[in-house]
Amino acid sequence: MLTLYGTDFTSRLLLGTAQYPSPESLKLAVEASGAEIVTVSLRREAARARTGQGFWGLIEELGCRVLPNTAGCRTAKEAIATAHMARELFGTNWIKLEVIANDDTLQPDLFGLVEAAATLSAEGFAVLPYTTEDLSAAERLVAAGCTVLMPWAAPIGSARGLSNREALKTLRAYFPDIPLVIDAGIGTPSHAAEAMEMGYDAVLLNTAVAKAGDPVKMAAAFAKAVEAGRLAFEAGLIEPRDMASPSTPVAGTPFFKIDHAS
Amino acid sequence: MKILLNGEAFATDAKTLDELCARLGFAEAKIATAVNGNFVAALKRSTTKLAPADEIEIVAPRQGG
Repeated sequence: MLTLYGTDFTSRLLLGTAQYPSPESLKLAVEASGAEIVTVSLRREAARARTGQGFWGLIEELGCRVLPNTAGCRTAKEAIATAHMARELFGTNWIKLEVIANDDTLQPDLFGLVEAAATLSAEGFAVLPYTTEDLSAAERLVAAGCTVLMPWAAPIGSARGLSNREALKTLRAYFPDIPLVIDAGIGTPSHAAEAMEMGYDAVLLNTAVAKAGDPVKMAAAFAKAVEAGRLAFEAGLIEPRDMASPSTPVAGTPFFKIDHAS
Repeated sequence: MKILLNGEAFATDAKTLDELCARLGFAEAKIATAVNGNFVAALKRSTTKLAPADEIEIVAPRQGG
């Protein structure tokens, strides 16, 4: 069971709602993923288009918990104001906190992130910070009041998978009791499975499903991969070794003679 | 009076944020607002007076990752 800010979830896959070929494919992909949490955003609403009004109707139909983000915010101040707008708009104090450092990598600005996390946590928000694998930033975020951390695997939308495995392992080992969600950079179900095998609590992804040839089928594939990875972690993985070790019993091998073994 | 509405120049004679939202057809819409970078709660829109060059943000739910 995954527990985030006191709420239990069965699914360990969180899904983004952007970039799907159609509203229908988004709906079917969310269903196929089994996700109980979907990320959403807020954007400027034009008086004529009223784009957001229709989208909200679709999200309500999904019946999932919504996790609004502060995507695109460049400063703590922007992120804080966006979080406040999101709280009123979506009726939730949960916020996927993003403070973005630059356009090329979309990497978190860890300084602005910690500042915004402290302010929002003190104001009663449940902050889920999009961060890096950096241990000192993680410590600061926990000290700021975050009880969940969401380190990236790789830059948003890059599909590169776990770029810094060793640091992610360290982060997992260092925070055994903090739910850790891999957020961003996942490209394939095997990436997601690998994160889960490492003991990460959940995976958040969007592009890998939305931009797949068949988003609904890919959502189902990720659901299986996340479940498989989690089961493997719970089962306990064997240690890799350098040399072979026969799996078939050696004793009683036909035609076996001692000198064969030398 | 000229204001900046969602990043674009906009002329209005609305006195309050509430009035501006209503004139744009957002009276019953699912929106959130900010003035000059600060969040303005729905309940405070009617007492939030607009001034020339105010920067108004009106946002709504959208797809996100």
